[in-house]
Amino acid sequence: MPIHEKSLIRPENLQTNDHLVIDGVDVSGHWSTFIKPRTITDYNEAMEAVIWALPGGENIHRCWQCGSCTNACTVHAIEPEFNPRYWIYLIRQGLEEELLRDKDIIWQCVSCNKCTYACPRDVVPEGVMKATAHWLELKGHTAKSPSTHFDEGFTESVLATGKIEEGRVLRSFFKRTGQPLNQPWLVALVGGLIRRFPLAFLIRLGWGTVFRPRTRGWRKAGRAIEDYVQERQAAQRLALRLDGKGATDGRQ
Amino acid sequence: MDGNDLKRVAYYPGCALEGTGHAYNRSTKEVGKALGLELVEVKDWNCCGAMEVKNVDPQVQTYLSARNLAIAEDMGFDTVMSPCNGCYHNLKKAEYDLAHNPHAAEVNDRISRKAGHKTYQPGGVETIHALDWIRDAVGEDELRRRAMGKLAGLKVANYYGCMYTRPRHIYPEKDKGPGSESTLNPHFMDDILAAAGAENVDFPLKTACCGGAHSLSDSDTSTKLVLNILTTAEACGAEVIATECPTCHTGLEMHQVRAEKVLGRKTNVKILYFTQLLGMALGMSASKVGVQENMSDPSELLRAKGLG
Repeated sequence: MPIHEKSLIRPENLQTNDHLVIDGVDVSGHWSTFIKPRTITDYNEAMEAVIWALPGGENIHRCWQCGSCTNACTVHAIEPEFNPRYWIYLIRQGLEEELLRDKDIIWQCVSCNKCTYACPRDVVPEGVMKATAHWLELKGHTAKSPSTHFDEGFTESVLATGKIEEGRVLRSFFKRTGQPLNQPWLVALVGGLIRRFPLAFLIRLGWGTVFRPRTRGWRKAGRAIEDYVQERQAAQRLALRLDGKGATDGRQ
Repeated sequence: MDGNDLKRVAYYPGCALEGTGHAYNRSTKEVGKALGLELVEVKDWNCCGAMEVKNVDPQVQTYLSARNLAIAEDMGFDTVMSPCNGCYHNLKKAEYDLAHNPHAAEVNDRISRKAGHKTYQPGGVETIHALDWIRDAVGEDELRRRAMGKLAGLKVANYYGCMYTRPRHIYPEKDKGPGSESTLNPHFMDDILAAAGAENVDFPLKTACCGGAHSLSDSDTSTKLVLNILTTAEACGAEVIATECPTCHTGLEMHQVRAEKVLGRKTNVKILYFTQLLGMALGMSASKVGVQENMSDPSELLRAKGLG
């Protein structure tokens, strides 16, 4: 069948003929691009159930593929490969191998919730993206994404003190992802502030570093949350039949 | 908000307002004081979970937000005001989830008991945004009277970001027709600044995303998203982008610098919290509303407009 929406099909699944005559009709040129016929046998039929069981994936079964999510998507607008509708389709069909081709960009969802707003079936595609990115890491298909490193550093800080201090979160993130702190734009940013108001800025910076903000009486709450998180993570690993190692930390 | 006393509300600043969003904290308090509104900070508040904790576990985020609501209720308040979109969204979401998701309610109860405090029950307090607070406690007429057109001639693009309106279901009071906020085309900030005399430009990216969740972890995406917002605001004729969220504000400022350094794209539009603009409209100096803490230095523009 000739097709127009070539961008939706993987290039290797397309076949273009310079000269082609079908039943005596010359279909050379624009009309001679075809999707190659193929047979798929390696379905992962448990896949939808697995995503469904992870936080955020609860409503994936409701999707009827209208494409409102992709149409509304912030990331899709600047990166056409980012396609929530398509990934939900692949998960529901159990086409794991196909999904894995996009494994390195799924984490890039910015949680703007435009998809959730647009979805007529309350699928919460934003949650499905997070569940899928989480699953890719749990299964070891990808290393921990920069976003996961950020989330974990942030959460650690909240559990420890009840609050975060942005300088500390930033430093912890750069350390976790092995990036140097002296990024030219960061230097320009801080430099600009220091040039304008040296004393005020340095005092605020020093204050945050020396006096780490804390919530009074937080210890019991922090511990109670930690217990709960550990219990949940163990249950997830068990459900996914993982050995407890999960993703590597991406610094090897 | 019907019937609640908005002249004296519980105040939940959140972590960002003690750090990068310090100017927002300061200007919000100053504006409140000038308008005769009292803010009482939630005692021993904790982080609401921001955009990060839910990715580790959504129920933990619900608990974190609910703990703050429980304290506000204990202090005898029926309304808690949060100027940060992230905090506002999370407190609203906790309220919704506790009422609609039995699992979230069960986990919240379990952690609250272990932590040794009362479990928050939905319906205890109402969370409002700083925009609701000023608009409903003071009103546009009073603002108009007090500001006397001080922002006249200032062209403003009002930027609301994602979490003030999305997802729609956690904001049951919105989209209720005239007088209520719209999730598709929010206008409370427009209304407030227009009352203070500002000339709002027609800005199509009011609720576009700045990539704040990945400001650092996926900087290239954030820079592209922010650059689009900045250049569109300039194309619409705006001199200032008014913000109502510390994450959006810092994201816009940070990636304005990054776009210049990394992509060589310089933009000149200034970024100010709506409370900073409102404060100056009420006659405050630029330093009183913390303009010196803004990264995009607006002093020249403010001087030209006779502000601050």
